[in-house]
Parts: sequence; structure tokens; C-alpha cells
Amino acid sequence: MAAQNESGGNLSAVLSPEEQAGKDRFDAIIAEDSRIEPRDWMPEAYRKSLTRQISQHAHSEIIGMQPEANWITRAPSLKRKAILMAKVQDEAGHGLYLYSAAETLGTPRDVLNEQLLSGRAKYSSIFNYPARSWADMGAIGWLVDGAAIANQVPLCRASYGPYGRAMVRVCKEESFHQRQGFEILLELAQGTEAQKKMAQDAINRFYAPALMMFGPPDGDSPNSKQSMEWRVKRFSNDELRQRFVGMIAEQVKVLGLTLPDPGLHFDEESGKWIHKELDWEELTEVISGNGPVNSQRLERRREAHAEGAWVREAAAAYAAKMARKTEVA
Amino acid sequence: MSEINSGWPLWEVFVRSSRGLSHVHAGSLHAPDKDMALRNARDLYTRRNEGVSLWIVNSNDIVASDPDAKGQFFESPQGKDYRHATYYTKSEGVKHL
Amino acid sequence: MSAHDIDHSLDSFGDTSASATRVTPGNALRPEDIAIQQTAPGEDVAQYALRLGDDALILAQRLSTWISRGPELEEDIALGNIALDQLGHARSFLSYAALAWDKTEDDLAYFREEEEFTALHIVQQPNGHFGTTIARQLIVSIFQHLLYTRLLDSSDETIAAICAKAVKEVDYHRDHAIQWTLRLGLGTEESAAKMRHALEILWPYVAEMFKDEPLYDALGDAGVRPSTLRAAWDEEITAVLSDAGLEIPKTGSAMSFGRQGEPSEYMGFILAEMQVLARKHPGASW
Repeated sequence: MAAQNESGGNLSAVLSPEEQAGKDRFDAIIAEDSRIEPRDWMPEAYRKSLTRQISQHAHSEIIGMQPEANWITRAPSLKRKAILMAKVQDEAGHGLYLYSAAETLGTPRDVLNEQLLSGRAKYSSIFNYPARSWADMGAIGWLVDGAAIANQVPLCRASYGPYGRAMVRVCKEESFHQRQGFEILLELAQGTEAQKKMAQDAINRFYAPALMMFGPPDGDSPNSKQSMEWRVKRFSNDELRQRFVGMIAEQVKVLGLTLPDPGLHFDEESGKWIHKELDWEELTEVISGNGPVNSQRLERRREAHAEGAWVREAAAAYAAKMARKTEVA
Repeated sequence: MSEINSGWPLWEVFVRSSRGLSHVHAGSLHAPDKDMALRNARDLYTRRNEGVSLWIVNSNDIVASDPDAKGQFFESPQGKDYRHATYYTKSEGVKHL
Repeated sequence: MSAHDIDHSLDSFGDTSASATRVTPGNALRPEDIAIQQTAPGEDVAQYALRLGDDALILAQRLSTWISRGPELEEDIALGNIALDQLGHARSFLSYAALAWDKTEDDLAYFREEEEFTALHIVQQPNGHFGTTIARQLIVSIFQHLLYTRLLDSSDETIAAICAKAVKEVDYHRDHAIQWTLRLGLGTEESAAKMRHALEILWPYVAEMFKDEPLYDALGDAGVRPSTLRAAWDEEITAVLSDAGLEIPKTGSAMSFGRQGEPSEYMGFILAEMQVLARKHPGASW
């Protein structure tokens, strides 16, 4: 769409008059905090950045189904089995809402999917940690979904219309996800010693990875500034992390359990929560593919995709046959 | 459709949330044909009692106005205040009018 | 952040899709309601509810493993819905049966041994590939639809009430199976061959669905003799297979006695997985 400026100079210098008009409209829409819609002119960088962000978000939902799907067949009561099944199914739904939003930017879903399967696309690193115990279903709901919601609620106002609308739907549905997770932990915390231990162990393992879900500290987050200027992102990584840690610090008391961060406290002077140092090297390792289960997660997606190929082909072939039949008739 | 796939086409989904209301665009999905699209829409967009009726339209069949033509298309009604009841101030206070 | 906060904050910035995301739970009969109802079934009706519940439970357990493994994401959701429906039916039937023995749905699901289960062999069969699952769904959902339709007139009010909700859901399952049978049967050479094979390996377990047992003499109008459903089932499935360019397999019938406490070899694995956690913590609450 936009002419590339190979010399790397001022981009506006090579915009055609139509494009300049488009850019002016785009800037005006952003300035008045209105919404960009799919057929509006938009800078290539905006299109690219949003496609990346929305599709990563979609991939995260889809890969994120796996740690929980892993426990559906073993859920310890039929009620919990039903809840978990509904939740994992919702995640597939959220993935679909988001792929739809990404597609409006011009990249079809099979291309996005190919990026995931080939390992080129990223997804939330939290899902590269294993879900070893039933209590992990609780910790994932409470901490992981909790962090996701804190991230996502502001995205409901993202400047790109389809993304914001998808997020509204996702956030409404997610509110049950976090609650069911908290209740799993509450039930365990009030149960037998073994159950309580299971719950504490899950919180210990998911606490730090959940805090890292907000991304690197503001100083090391190169994409954030542009994203805030485009009004896609509304709060910085650290601001969101602060809000979240403040909430869970209170909530954990209701559980009668602890966060694995004895020094966590609210500093009156700075008005900030002081939490422990997070291991950013670990995050980098996990993102680059070396988390405990990266390989397993991707392979599961590849398998499902490969094994479903003949089904997708059959359905497409049937549709084509029926379309021909209608034409003839 | 490109030749890599069996890629299923894109469909737009409209949900009527209850009788007496319009169908509202809910989102889109992929399906091999219209019959499956309708079923997928039911599964994807009405899991929480959101609807009593669904419309499905192949995305390619939607005819949309050109956002660049906003001026000629949508600005003409501006300034035509006389289309609105509030324009007529002299009759204010007259009952049942 | 509470659910309320989220709803509130969403409202505050003009939820453009509000009318499409209105959420209501509806007012259907839930397993939780059955579990606290006053009237317990007699032994025969309880045994009957147990059979219907076991079929639905094992089928749900099988279907649930498709979630995150479907041929397309839309199909993960469709099969997930069907599994959830079946699990709901299982919970209702088992909750009702449990009342007769002063037990709960979970006692029945998690603390019975293989030979205490009464599920038909057809629902115990593995998912196989997508075509096998669709063939199994076609066989079972047509059966369940006919059965639950007749049970709307059951003299047992609770059975009739459970079926009033379930029948609409299995009607949808039936439709889903039919749509896919058509597409796989008429799609490609490969899909048709896979579908033919799936029907052949599953057909031996069809006859068991229609076997009467002495229980039905005692049940009277509370139950339905499965043998009386066979003609209608044959007619319906023959029509579907014919539309899909497929045939009724010529395979014979297996000697399967799931109703009499003789489960398939698969059952031990199914239960080992399903019950492992609950049994590790007997008496625990979840």
C-alpha cells in the first residue's frame, strides 16, 4: 500500500497525495481517540504491528488451551470437568474472535496459522510452563487469566475497532475464568493437607511467570512507546503489573495461602508495590523456545493441523461439488 | 482461496439477541459452506444464550461504502437541521406536538 | 479485578457489541437441582438412569479429548459443545440414580469399578480419526434422539424432564453427525474410504444398543425397550448413508455385554484416567 522509502528518510516525503490525505485522516482519528476501521488508510507499520499483536494474542489463546485440556479427562468431579471443558472451549472461541480481527488487516488465518506452526510467531510464554497438578487449573485461572484480564481490559479501547470489539467479548467471557480458578484454589486451601500443599505449590510456580506476562520493565520495552502513541496500548507494562500485584496481594489472604515473595509490600512513599526481582533471563529463554514445554505445545498444534488436513479438504471438495450442482440446476 | 488449502472461506455472523431487535454483527468465522457456517456460528457466537436467530453472509458478498468517500457520502446531511424536530422551536410548549 | 468491575468498566466505554453479548444462564433443569430433589427413584428406574448416564458419561469423556485437537478450530468448539451436552446429560441421569442409593453423581462416576459400569461398548470405542468419531456420533446420536424422544412420555417425571432438555441437544448432535457424514462421504476419495472403514469397525457394536434386558419388564412405561427403536434407527441411518454415498456395512455383531458388567478392554484405561485424581484423595472436596 504505502510506498516504501528505501533511503529510510522522512516517510511523508514519498506519500502520494491520496496517501497523505489518508494519513492526515488517520492522525486525526487517533488524535480524537476515535477508532480506525479495516478499510481506512493506515500506516503500514500500524497494520504490521497490530497484525503481529492480535495474531500473537490469538495464538496464545489457542496454545493456552493445552495446559488445561490436559486436565479435562482427569478433573476430580463432574462439575469441575464441565467447567473446565467450557473454559477451554471458550479459549478456542477467543482465539477465533482474535483471528477474525487480525484477518481484517489483510492476512488470512491460514497464513497466521502457518507462522505459528513454523515457530516464527510468538505466543504468551506462560503457556510454555507445564500444568502438572490439578491445582494448576486454579493457579492458571486466578493468576494467568487474572493477569491476562488486567492486560486486556484496557485493550477493549484499542484504536483498532475490530480488536477492541473482540476484546470486549473476550473480557466478558474471561471474568468467569478467573473466578473459577480462584474457587478451585479456595476449595483446595480449605481441604486436606495434601490439597492445601498442592494449591500452595501451584501458586509458587505460577506467581513469577504471571508477573512476567506484562512484559519487560518499561525501560526495556521498545515497542511500547509507539503502541501508546497509536492508542493501542493505554498503560505501560509496569503500571499494569503494579495494579495486578496489588490485587493478588489482597486476594491471596482470602485463600489463606501465600505468594512466594516474602518482601512484597506497598511502599507508601513511592505509592508502589515492591515485588521481588523477576528473572528476565528466564523469560528470554522461554520466549526463544527453551521453556519446559515449548516443543511439546507446538508439536501438538502441528499434529492436529496435519491430521485434520484430509477433513478440511473433504469439506472444501464437498462445498465445491455442491456449488457446481447449484450452478447446473 | 489460494491453492495451499482446502482453506475455508470467511463468513460474517449477525446475531439477533431477542425478538423485536435487529440482527447485529457479532464477528466472523471460517466454514467450508453456508450450512456449516450457520452451525459454527451457533457454536461460536451463542454459547451463552446470546441469540434467538442468526444470519450468515459470505464476507465477499458484503458491499461496503468506501471510507475515502466519507465526505460525499456522509457529510451531506450535516447542516440540514430542519430534518430534526428540535429545529422547530416556535411550537415549543404546545401539547401533543 | 472482579467480574463486576469488568462489566462496569466495559460499559463505561460504550460496549458496541452489547446486544450480541447479552448473557443469561436460562432456566433449564440442572443436575444440581436433581441432586437435591425430594423424590428418589425406585431401584429399577435408578438402574435405568444409571445406564443412560453411563453411556453419556463415557461418550463425553471420549469426545472431550478432541478439544485442542480438532481438524479446525471451529470444530474444536463444536465437539466441545457436544461433549459438554453429553456430560450434562450424564450428570443429570447419574444425580438422579444416585438418590436411590444415598450417593452423589461423583460417587458413581469416580468410585465404581469397571464391571460396575453399564455403558454400551459403542461409546467406549476410541475416537480414532475424525471420521471414526463422526461415525460413532452418527450411530449414537440417532439412537439417543429416538430414545429421548420416546422418553418424553416416560411415566417417571424426572426421566421425562431430563429428556425434555436432552432431546433438543442430541437432535443437534445428530444434525452435526449427518452434516459431516455427507461431507466426508461425498468429499474426496480419501475421506469416503476413511468413512467406510470407520463404519465397518464400529458396526459390530450397533446391535448391543437395541438389546432388551429383563430390567425393561420391571420398568414398564418408565423406560423404552430399545428393540422397539431398531426399525426407525435403521431407516434413518440408511437414508443418511445413502445420501452420503455410503452403505450399511456387512459386518456382523460382536458379543458385547456392556449393560451386564462386561466392559470392553478400553474401559480400564478410560477409568484409570478419569478416576485417578479423585481416588488419590478419597473424601476430598473439589
